[in-house]
Amino acid sequence: MQDLLYFSQQLINGLTIGSTYALIAIGYTMVYGIIGMINFAHGEIYMIGAYTALIAITGLATLGVAWLPLILLVALLCAIIVSSSMGWAVERVAYRPVRGRHRLIPLISAIGMSIFLQNYVHLAQGSRNIGFPALIDGSFRFGSSEGFQLSLSYMQITIFITTLICMIVLSLFISRSRIGRACRAVSQDLGMANLLGIDTNRIISATFIIGAALAAVAGLLLGMYYGSVDPLFGFIAGLKAFTAAVLGGIGSIPGAMLGGLILGVAESMTSGYLSGEYKDVVAFSLLILILLFKPTGLLGKPEVEKI
Amino acid sequence: MIAHNFKHALFCAVVTMVVAYPILGLNLVARGTRVGLEGADTTTLVAIFVAAVVVFAFQLYRDTLMAALGKLPKLNPLAHREPMPQAKRVKMESWILTGIIVLALFWPFFVSRGSVDLATLVLIYVMLALGLNVVVGLAGLLDLGYVAFYAVGAYTFALLSQYMGISFWMALPLGALLAALFGLVLGFPVLRLRGDYLAIVTLGFGEIIRILLNNWTAVTGGPNGIGGIPEPTLFGMEFGRRVKEEGNTSFHETFGIAYSGEHKVIFLYLIALVLAVITALVIRRLMRMPVGRAWEALREDEIAARSLGLSRTAVKLSAFTIGAFFAGFAGTVFASKQGFISPESFVFLESAIILAIVVLGGMGSQLGVVLAAIAVTILPELAREFSDYRMLVFGAAMVLMMVWRPQGLMPMRRAHIELKRQE
Repeated sequence: MQDLLYFSQQLINGLTIGSTYALIAIGYTMVYGIIGMINFAHGEIYMIGAYTALIAITGLATLGVAWLPLILLVALLCAIIVSSSMGWAVERVAYRPVRGRHRLIPLISAIGMSIFLQNYVHLAQGSRNIGFPALIDGSFRFGSSEGFQLSLSYMQITIFITTLICMIVLSLFISRSRIGRACRAVSQDLGMANLLGIDTNRIISATFIIGAALAAVAGLLLGMYYGSVDPLFGFIAGLKAFTAAVLGGIGSIPGAMLGGLILGVAESMTSGYLSGEYKDVVAFSLLILILLFKPTGLLGKPEVEKI
Repeated sequence: MIAHNFKHALFCAVVTMVVAYPILGLNLVARGTRVGLEGADTTTLVAIFVAAVVVFAFQLYRDTLMAALGKLPKLNPLAHREPMPQAKRVKMESWILTGIIVLALFWPFFVSRGSVDLATLVLIYVMLALGLNVVVGLAGLLDLGYVAFYAVGAYTFALLSQYMGISFWMALPLGALLAALFGLVLGFPVLRLRGDYLAIVTLGFGEIIRILLNNWTAVTGGPNGIGGIPEPTLFGMEFGRRVKEEGNTSFHETFGIAYSGEHKVIFLYLIALVLAVITALVIRRLMRMPVGRAWEALREDEIAARSLGLSRTAVKLSAFTIGAFFAGFAGTVFASKQGFISPESFVFLESAIILAIVVLGGMGSQLGVVLAAIAVTILPELAREFSDYRMLVFGAAMVLMMVWRPQGLMPMRRAHIELKRQE
């Protein structure tokens, strides 16, 4: 019984982290699906989302607003607006001019952008980590009072529900809306979509904006969950999310969701049963193993190389 | 057209404000356990506003500006000149290089200790950049975990000297070989991967090595690192004031000169110089050997190269291993120069800096990479008050280089014949 409770606890923690990885991973996978580049700066966009949310929350607290739903809504909106603008601007400045060149050139440009954004926030906001107020407190507890107690915090429930809503909205958007249909067309064949009258530049911008918005949501959620942010906070999370995207099959949106959850669970099981210090090693080893044995991921389509 | 431009320009200006204001204009400050918010000073606010106005103006008159720029005469008057004949060019380059080396040999005796120390660091970066240049510039494999091999070299020396008392000269080949072995072992499975996947896997590998060094406290000392790494000796002569090891003599006593701390610094500098020159020469020869040609052939067109019978794995693996070998070299020198190493010195940012050097210098070009290594290491030291902006400028420079001059400042040039396009 105790073991089962402990296992369930790790599972819950893993799914919580995993669902936010999934949110970030969607940004990687959509961009990769359309223009075939790794948006290395995506983790930084997520970090900027977390910072903006924290700034908004602090600002509202200074103004004396105390109604929780309003605070969360405003923080979420601010984070989404700033991150999306950032995503759009990054694509315009660093990626569009190098689109279509040799594979490594956009990647190096993206690494440059990632370093730039990291230091931009570092210079403006300092390098120390800043505490994120725990707005949603409390938890459900299960199990006997003397043994191990399973706890499911309200924060974790919030993360599950928010992620679920985001995923449903995104799926509907991709499958039903005009832009969503155009996105799918562009990811199948960019040149052909262009010939058929789709403004591919706009669609690519839209992809970056959607990815950045989801990353901003993840930024707010994970900021609150971890309780602090710092300028390097996006780098590792970005790598993890990229791992999740590859795990699920890069280019596939359901794959990103699945990959995020699997990676989150694998990580929390490692820290629960082995050691917390090695959870990053597990994530990266997983990445290397997948790329070696099944580069297309779990739900990805094999890529045929044409001469 | 103007109306459309106006809307677009306005949009860009608004985005500039949105992107800049919350992060730059509102600063989070910790007040005890609580977090407060402070508005930035007026200068920042004005700067944000000016930036928005500039973006607005640029976007509004973009077409006119771009047309005007296109009409400007080429800044480079040599752009259309015939490339120098290969033989002459090679001769000139080797003269310049010899001149630089002779100058570098005598230079440390006339300057301060601090500058010699800095120059040693520059040479370490030169070695690293030349090694990475083989992997990225010549073979076209983007390696984002290059610093892992550097760490392997440094830690090999540190651990061997700590546990087995091995000296610098023994550790130098061992560290380099071990790093090369790591390169071989990692490279063997991953080199089948496509370019950008390879980049991420090497990045993951670099992080794994760093995390292991950080957490394997029993052996590596964890975040505390390893100290007391011995300095190199010259034929058994030590450079300290007192002889530390049995059987060694001290440099200043043997030659009957007064003890000076500078001897050691200059000696290390000379070692680094010799090693850097060896690195450059070896790679220079390799570039002209069949294996070097194969690297470039595979970089230019993998399918064509394979159809001509080149083994993809063997060629890539050789580049990867040789690159790792020189990183191990540099790592050993670094450990000996610092006397203390910790995982802090081997973070991803270090890989990014080395990559930036290669990219700025021009992928594949040795002279360019050497000059870029000097510039990237020395400029931040000269402009100390701006040292915070160093990485910011690096990031921006990487993006701008990719956009405007992806071939780098001094691209590699080979005599070649181009097909004339039919008009």
